[in-house]
Amino acid sequence: MQARGGLRLEGLVKRFGDVLAVDGVHLELPPGQLISFLGPSGCGKTTMLRMIAGLERPTEGRVYLDGEDVTDRPPHLRDIGMVFQTLALFPHLSVAGNVAYGMRIRGAPKRDIDARVNELLDLVDLHGLGDRRILQLSGGQRQRVATARALALEPRLFLLDEPLSALDANLREQLQVELRLLQQKLGITTIMVTHDQREAMTMSDLVVVMNQGRVEQVGEPLEVYRRPETPFVASFIGRTNILRGQVSDGVVRIAGRPFEVDRPLEPGPVAISVRPEDAHLQTTSTPETNALPGRVVFVRDLGELFECYVDCGLDEHVVVAGSPRERVNVVQGQPVSVSFPREACVVVEG
Amino acid sequence: MSELRRPTAGTRAVLVFPLAMLGIFFLAPFGIMLATSFYHRIEGGFYEPALELASWRRLLQPVFVERTLFSVGICLLAGAVCIVIAFPFTYFLTRMRRRPHVTLLVLIMSALALSEVIVGFAWSVLLGRAAGISNVLVWLGVMDEPVAYQPGFIAVLLGLCYIAFPYCILTLYPQLSRLDPELTEAAQTMGASPWRTFWTVVVPIGRPIIMAGFLLAFVFTLGSYLIPTFLGRPEHWTLSVFISDQATFNANVPFAAAMALFLTALSLVVVGVVTLVESQTRR
Amino acid sequence: MRALKWIVTTMVVLFILAPLVVVAVVSINANRYMDFPPQGFSFHWYAQLWNDLGWREAIVTSLIVATLSAALAVAIATPMAYVLRAYDVRLAPVLYSLGILPFMLPPVISALGALVFWNSMGHSGRIENIIISHAIFFSTLPLITVSLAMESMDRSLPEAAQTLGANPRTTFRTITLPLLVPSMITGYAAAFVLSLNEYIIAFMVSRFSVVTLPIKIVNDLRYGFTPTIAAVAVVFILIAATTFSLFALFGNLLKFLGADPAILERER
Repeated sequence: MQARGGLRLEGLVKRFGDVLAVDGVHLELPPGQLISFLGPSGCGKTTMLRMIAGLERPTEGRVYLDGEDVTDRPPHLRDIGMVFQTLALFPHLSVAGNVAYGMRIRGAPKRDIDARVNELLDLVDLHGLGDRRILQLSGGQRQRVATARALALEPRLFLLDEPLSALDANLREQLQVELRLLQQKLGITTIMVTHDQREAMTMSDLVVVMNQGRVEQVGEPLEVYRRPETPFVASFIGRTNILRGQVSDGVVRIAGRPFEVDRPLEPGPVAISVRPEDAHLQTTSTPETNALPGRVVFVRDLGELFECYVDCGLDEHVVVAGSPRERVNVVQGQPVSVSFPREACVVVEG
Repeated sequence: MSELRRPTAGTRAVLVFPLAMLGIFFLAPFGIMLATSFYHRIEGGFYEPALELASWRRLLQPVFVERTLFSVGICLLAGAVCIVIAFPFTYFLTRMRRRPHVTLLVLIMSALALSEVIVGFAWSVLLGRAAGISNVLVWLGVMDEPVAYQPGFIAVLLGLCYIAFPYCILTLYPQLSRLDPELTEAAQTMGASPWRTFWTVVVPIGRPIIMAGFLLAFVFTLGSYLIPTFLGRPEHWTLSVFISDQATFNANVPFAAAMALFLTALSLVVVGVVTLVESQTRR
Repeated sequence: MRALKWIVTTMVVLFILAPLVVVAVVSINANRYMDFPPQGFSFHWYAQLWNDLGWREAIVTSLIVATLSAALAVAIATPMAYVLRAYDVRLAPVLYSLGILPFMLPPVISALGALVFWNSMGHSGRIENIIISHAIFFSTLPLITVSLAMESMDRSLPEAAQTLGANPRTTFRTITLPLLVPSMITGYAAAFVLSLNEYIIAFMVSRFSVVTLPIKIVNDLRYGFTPTIAAVAVVFILIAATTFSLFALFGNLLKFLGADPAILERER
């Protein structure tokens, strides 16, 4: 079966009055994958999703689905299935009524509808609950009904707008796995909006990181984590230390000390990202390169996790993290040095 | 954040029916009334098209001016009395336990369902000399002789308050029930007595709806016809009574029309002025 | 403060109850003069409501007018409330004000306007006049209730319907309209009750040709008192009290009046 749901977004811009919600987005998204739009509130990710769905008209730009220009097509003609943030389950219809809605308004015969509804309810683990009213369901059950309803007509695109945000933590993690497995089983092109980077990392084939209406980086989750391309991406995905300094005469200097990185740089300001778990504490002398002296400000020993906050004279404290095996015995106020291995230094600016 | 769709031709067509109805049966009558106010009055309740200012000039007569001042005065007073009692009452109501809370609401809503004529009638009995309060007091031996308190100014005032009161409560209820109890609790932990808390926390927060309830009561009582008729002598009659009588018994429709338009402008002006004053005195 | 609460509450309860009690007492008085203490008890006057043709006709007329005018009011208000809230109409505030205006003005103004209007149409003294004029006057109520329902409706519901393939018309028919029905019923009930009780518009528009219940009551009072009037009042009060009590027991009266949902949990 040919994979459906390839999306191409060209120059998408959306203005609400004076507010620029989406500022020139170009994206080419492959079919059959689960793609996350990740970013903080107000970054434009939901607006992007709604433009793909046809619920908002782009101020500028075009949307192509499987090569067809669908920009001017209203939502009910776009062959999509969407799960809304509030789930938007119809309160006056039962579970089966909700799931069957799309088929019913197309005039499908009752027998076919019933069969398909049962098939879908089985798919999302809600077997036998067809006659329940929406108000009688738990949060997790409602989420599954919304999913079943969206998938009922086998749409080309499966769109999810922060679908798990209303659920408590344990349920969220469980449903993250369930949704991902379901998507893989059906092979359906899925676009999910979330502000939770762990959710994006857990579920996605591809992550689109957005900030202030722009796309900052697109890539596989681990790639985006290991090789962030901007300070924003580095600090939004996981935690990181951003070390700022200057490049002059071909040498990188942070707080006056030399750093080696894996690519040549132009003179001027530079920012380097190093994840806390890649940084090392040293109680003996400070190495020549890729290290900063400092003083321990705070130790956080959580048993399964060990963290140390060090004041190295930069704008923010440097955080060094590690597993219990890597624990170093230090006390507050103790002079230490932090080393940043060359292979862990990612240049994010400059 | 999302925007509403632009209306299509289909949706515009849907609006045609209600707009046509309102246009034909509300705006047109208004326009005709405006025209009628310039018409020439003929004996017997008829009128013919003309362009006279006679009716409008009558608005300047002292009799009419006095009537206007009285109407505005008594209605502002009724509005004030209503809101002053209704606000604390509703506040206490929203904090009651469920059983008395619901019972009182049923009582208030039942009073709302009464027509003005029944309210007027009931109060005329209550304040009358045959089967009213004074009769009970005589029967109890407190008074020697039954006294009629109606028709009279107080009777009209009480009647107006009675019909406006439930509406005041309904306006105040949603907001007061949403008042966060932690606000008053916080004030009390800082040493404010319940009395102090009420005046320094609840009333200031409730200012907008107090104003809204007051204006609602004012406009509502201004429109009352039967209460002043039933419970008051001619000197207690409001503009609504005047206008109705001119249109029907006195058969001077152009004058009634002029008065009605004046009353419309008056209502809008008073509401506007009070709203303006209120927003100026707010920080 | 506790004392004040009791004083205010008791005062208000007495104030509201006093006329109701009076009327009830008068209605079961055996003789036709109001006097206190009453000379005897009789339900004769209640029977009159059924036996006397004049009263029966007035009641039926009022019921017909109320039923039809409330329906027309809802028919006028619902499309307006829907379109103004679902679409970006340029003159929306103006149109909404137009819808609110009839009810906000003193009734005598609408009454007089209706009077001159129907006169100029050469159509005076007919029952349709009252029905239409009441419908316009009370259309504000369903306009407000339906508008509020539109505002509080989850916007994503019609959007979800669209993503499931429903065009705007189908969406309205299958999703929006069923969800608006409760507010339409509320608006209908409010318009119905108010129309039943309304005097001045009905009077000026039909004068002596059509007699509604309030008109009959006022006329009878002008000629002298009969306790049948009190009987009517008591019937009204009982119906209202019963309806609201049932609503409170089986429905959700507090939520209906706009109470904060949290208040419903409070069982202090």
